[in-house]
Amino acid sequence: MKSHVWRPLYVVIAFVVALLVFRFFYVPNDFGSGKRGFMYSFHRKSNEMEWKNQPAKYGVSGRERMHEYCSACHGAIVKVRTEKLHGIIPCEDCHGPAMNHPENPEKLNIDRSRELCLRCHTNLPYTTSERKRIPGINPKTHNTGLECVKCHNPHNPSLEGMK
Amino acid sequence: MERREFLKKCILVVAGASVPVSALTLIDPKKVFAENPDIQWAFLVDTNKCVGCGFCVKACKVENDVPLDANVSRTWVERYVYTKDDRRYVDSPKAALNGFTESRIDLGRGEFKDIDPKSVGKAFFVPKLCNHCSSPACTQVCPVGATYKTDDGVVLVDRKWCIGCGYCIMACPYAARFFHPVYNVADKCTFCYHRLSKGLDSACVNACPFGARKMGNIHDKEDPITQIIMNERVGVLKDEFGTKPQAFYIGLAQEVR
Repeated sequence: MKSHVWRPLYVVIAFVVALLVFRFFYVPNDFGSGKRGFMYSFHRKSNEMEWKNQPAKYGVSGRERMHEYCSACHGAIVKVRTEKLHGIIPCEDCHGPAMNHPENPEKLNIDRSRELCLRCHTNLPYTTSERKRIPGINPKTHNTGLECVKCHNPHNPSLEGMK
Repeated sequence: MERREFLKKCILVVAGASVPVSALTLIDPKKVFAENPDIQWAFLVDTNKCVGCGFCVKACKVENDVPLDANVSRTWVERYVYTKDDRRYVDSPKAALNGFTESRIDLGRGEFKDIDPKSVGKAFFVPKLCNHCSSPACTQVCPVGATYKTDDGVVLVDRKWCIGCGYCIMACPYAARFFHPVYNVADKCTFCYHRLSKGLDSACVNACPFGARKMGNIHDKEDPITQIIMNERVGVLKDEFGTKPQAFYIGLAQEVR
């Protein structure tokens, strides 16, 4: 064969070799597929550990375990809470994530905003939804601008316990 | 009996007696299963219990560092309102990060639709998240192998490897993926993989006061969540897409997709 055929072919071969060399160094060698096969799970294996090692922010899981954990120091208030209506709400929903509390964060950032209460206690005209079981107010007419916790005790929300 | 025969039988008896009792017990499949757990995570949503408080969305965003004010979220809650003249409205303002504090429907682009309380027929809330499909369309289309299904059934995104092309975001039939505004890669629900591996519940399951969100190992037949999925009437979203979603819904309406 003549050289004008060979020359471009060399270029192509050199290109392919260069690509393979680049790929050899660039692609991590833990790349592979799991039991889901090439189509669904071709990935870098070490990434699974990267996700697993992310720090968690919200602490102990499960309402009971959370109550148990929190009552080690805040026993009295947790007891009041668990016996009353708001006992179903995990502490961290209002008090904020508490993974390494009391070391870090030393003090939790408590959400006392009106908006937090309105998540559940806005009156919506949905009689077929579970929402109907929760007492609701009209946020536009019910003591506008005031924080709910000024009058209501979130740990003991029954109206007899009003401040 | 000959002497040779006698010795042979003696050896046989001694050998037989020296086999430990444990070697003769049959292998208990349940025990073996417990020692080598074949985990396959599945999600269960009880739409009847959801009140649309949005604590799940808030917890998810805080736990997973998704900016609170950005209009993207790994999980969201949809509100369905049917009026008595059979008009249907769906909205999810800010992914229900602050719950539903108004009865008007957010039509998007700053437009709202007031609905007369007397005309409301039925209304309900549906929490949504990544379905962690068994045959995920999103991982198939990834050109660089940055998104994948783990052996325990969770679909993850490799942030170092993702080039941000957005194919997976378009491929997901459930719109569960979005472009992360900080990391500039595709992002999605991870079932809180970091929490699961520490033995904790995912942040949304943890935050739900009403128990509308639950998670279980669908390969463990004793798991209470698996029991519900196996024995009760549950549905999945967009079954016709063939992605085999692993988020199961109790009380699914036809309009919910």
